[in-house]
Amino acid sequence: MADQSAPSDKYTVAVNRGFTKTIAKKLGLPRPAILRRYAPDAPLTVGPVLVVSDDASAGDADALAKALLAWDVDVRRSAEGAGDVRWGGVVLVGTSAESPEAVSEAVLTLGSTLRRLAGNGRVVVVSRAPGAGDSPAVAATRAGFEGFTRSVGKELRAGATANGVQLTGGAAVDSTSALGTLRFFLSAKSAYVDGQVLPVGPSDTLEDVDWKQPLAGKVAVVTGAARGIGAAIARTLARDGAKVVVVDVPAAGESLAAVANEIKGTAVQLDVTAADAGTKILEATRHLGGIDILVHNAGILRDKLLANMKPAQWDAVIAVNLASQLRINEQLLTAGVEGLHIVSLASTSGIAGNKGQTNYAYSKSGVIGHTAATAPLVAQLGGTANAVAPGFIETEMTRSIPFATREVGRRIIPSLQQGGLPIDVAEAIAFLSSPVAHGVNGQVLRVCGQSMLGK
Amino acid sequence: MSTTPSPVPSTREAVIIGGNRIPFSRAGKKYVRTSNQDMFTAALEGLVARFGLQGERLGEVAGGAVLKHSKNFNLIRESVLGSSLAPTTPAYDVQQACATGLEAAIAVTNKIKLGQIESAIAGGTDTVSDAPIVVSDRLRAALLDANHAKTTGAKIKALLQVRPKDLAPATPGTGEPRTHLSMGEHQAVTTAKWGISREAQDEIAYNSHQNLARAWESGFFDDLVTPFKGLTRDDNMRPDTSLEKLAKLKPVFGTKLGETATMTAGNSTPLTDGASAVLFSSREWAEERDLPILAKFVDAETAAVDFVHGHEGLLMAPAAAVPRLLARNGLTLEDIDFFEIHEAFASTVLTTLAAWEDEEYCRTELGLDGAFGKIDRSKLNVNGSSLAAGHPFAATGGRIIATAAKLVAAKAAETGRPARALISVCAAGGLGAVAVVESV
Repeated sequence: MADQSAPSDKYTVAVNRGFTKTIAKKLGLPRPAILRRYAPDAPLTVGPVLVVSDDASAGDADALAKALLAWDVDVRRSAEGAGDVRWGGVVLVGTSAESPEAVSEAVLTLGSTLRRLAGNGRVVVVSRAPGAGDSPAVAATRAGFEGFTRSVGKELRAGATANGVQLTGGAAVDSTSALGTLRFFLSAKSAYVDGQVLPVGPSDTLEDVDWKQPLAGKVAVVTGAARGIGAAIARTLARDGAKVVVVDVPAAGESLAAVANEIKGTAVQLDVTAADAGTKILEATRHLGGIDILVHNAGILRDKLLANMKPAQWDAVIAVNLASQLRINEQLLTAGVEGLHIVSLASTSGIAGNKGQTNYAYSKSGVIGHTAATAPLVAQLGGTANAVAPGFIETEMTRSIPFATREVGRRIIPSLQQGGLPIDVAEAIAFLSSPVAHGVNGQVLRVCGQSMLGK
Repeated sequence: MSTTPSPVPSTREAVIIGGNRIPFSRAGKKYVRTSNQDMFTAALEGLVARFGLQGERLGEVAGGAVLKHSKNFNLIRESVLGSSLAPTTPAYDVQQACATGLEAAIAVTNKIKLGQIESAIAGGTDTVSDAPIVVSDRLRAALLDANHAKTTGAKIKALLQVRPKDLAPATPGTGEPRTHLSMGEHQAVTTAKWGISREAQDEIAYNSHQNLARAWESGFFDDLVTPFKGLTRDDNMRPDTSLEKLAKLKPVFGTKLGETATMTAGNSTPLTDGASAVLFSSREWAEERDLPILAKFVDAETAAVDFVHGHEGLLMAPAAAVPRLLARNGLTLEDIDFFEIHEAFASTVLTTLAAWEDEEYCRTELGLDGAFGKIDRSKLNVNGSSLAAGHPFAATGGRIIATAAKLVAAKAAETGRPARALISVCAAGGLGAVAVVESV
């Protein structure tokens, strides 16, 4: 299988190696880190993990520390006496705090460790979502962690990230999905996810999760899988144990077949805009025992200023990026598919807007809308619907963007000062499609290196 | 009309799961410098991807190429080794001119029916763009003599036999070794004998392009073809051709016969590059894997005619093979829903149909009581055939079998009763292979 985690951007490589590294340092050029990506036999984190909390949340912090120990992580409950340790991660637990004053000590303890956070280290803030029944003080305490987490993300360097697990609906801190999300954020799989606070609801308890093959026995369908991000998603789901059916338009059949044969999957040449695409997808998975995971990745661009937009340019983008997903989901729901995990590709353009992309942004914003509305429908059948919004990802498509625009997209806008790789998007999708993410439903997870573009 | 399935054979069934081919391309275009092995491997890879056969050990893979270099003695086995199939899948080469692909299918389905194997792929490939170049017989003889000679003197003496004109390569052709006539010239004689008109031939060609184009547009080939080298559809197809345009073409065969020549580049197949493969198995093998079963490969027949002495036309063997095949299976022309008659030339189809309608011919040549019958033309090559798709010799059989299997499956699903297709392929050497495919 191709190495999916090597940086493809020459600047990032140059400022991290040899003579060019020295020059870049002297000139004070931005020096994006080489991000650590998942390897099956590598440790979960780059060093020991410190778990800190306010007094009220100490019980939850203990429960998390216990779970981390079970993953063979070197866990500490105190930074004192740690000497010159470089932290692989710091987990701040504030789940039971009831006033803003109560969290200050824990937050400042976290602050005192940041200078000793290792390259590619992780900060994860575990909190509860503010809810309708909360007192103003409790709501303020809980909501505060969101802005806090994003700000920490912007202060970190050297490939380190800060993300949040936000428990909803009374989910236990050591429930399967809370732990699964914490693990994802601590791991190298979330290399390009930064500054995100992901709501996690209650979930079934899974015993003996196989973290190397979390999708073993599952059947996944990936649309637009002949190349780029779609091919990376297919490879990653296959790596995690899924049987993958790759779908793309008939004209892309040659590379589609190559992807299928590489991952021992099945190729289906199908235009997702076909009226019976959902039925065809069901037929294609029948011989594998039915569908468990559907990744709506197929998408096109037809950039044009709205004033110059032709009907064909608008309609094609809506048909492929949005209407096809609605139709396919409806056909699968009508067929009563149980336990279906749907993950749709949105885009940061869909959230922030982008000049020349009114059609694309409409479609991607629409994806976020239908994901929220589909979530309760699939939940009735034991499934989930989520979206992933990639930022600047290094693909054949972005390689065609003019140099200056590309450099702005890569270096200036995201906190991580670089574009992501297709594998980064694929890792987020693999996480959201897995049984451990069952409590995450109706959410949009950004994979954007904490791009400033957004609401 | 018989609505009951064909008599149950004494052996078990061989079923067709699906097929795959690369788009066919006119010689000298997209697949220039692409070898037979590259093309057949691509056809296999698409089939493997379609049915998830990676690492699978199949019973066997059989196929071949008509224009084949001696270095490709194990063409099919080498293609298997270059594919994602298990390297423990046996393979062998078959060659029966234009009937190669169909003959390979007959061979593997017979083994499946006998229980010798559970699964197989049959197919073929041909390239004119990458055809082997042959040296002249005199040069070859001199080189072989020099190689066998024991002394330097004898070697020099052998090489001195070579004359400048011997250095010209023998161009690859489709001429018959015994008559030295090209296939087109042979067919021109048959066409004239049966009095087939230019208009009737052009109409066959026109329908072929129209039908193939409609099939492509409707997505019929979405699960039968995998693009290759940037080509996504058959590039010989001319959806915009018209009877007027076809009528303007100059005849190229039969111009010296003394009668008005009727065979043009428009109603004859062009030289083409391409490859195809079809997946067959026992019913059990397909059901164990929950793979779709399109149809069963019911039975087949081959025939040959004496064209050397001019008794019969070179490409008329299927006219004899079909009545024997249908009789053995208790079928008549009325029981057939789709006629897939390979369009080597438009007139090949027409002379075959004319022969079956001719009482005298059927009595004296085919040993029947009277005319074999007339077919419903609306059932003929409904999704196009070789005039439009092109004809990479050994790949044509696989193209037709997969198309026929899909047609009968769709028809049976629509009508709720069995549907049958008759496949007929004529070949050089006065050969012909025919088969019946039936829905399950």
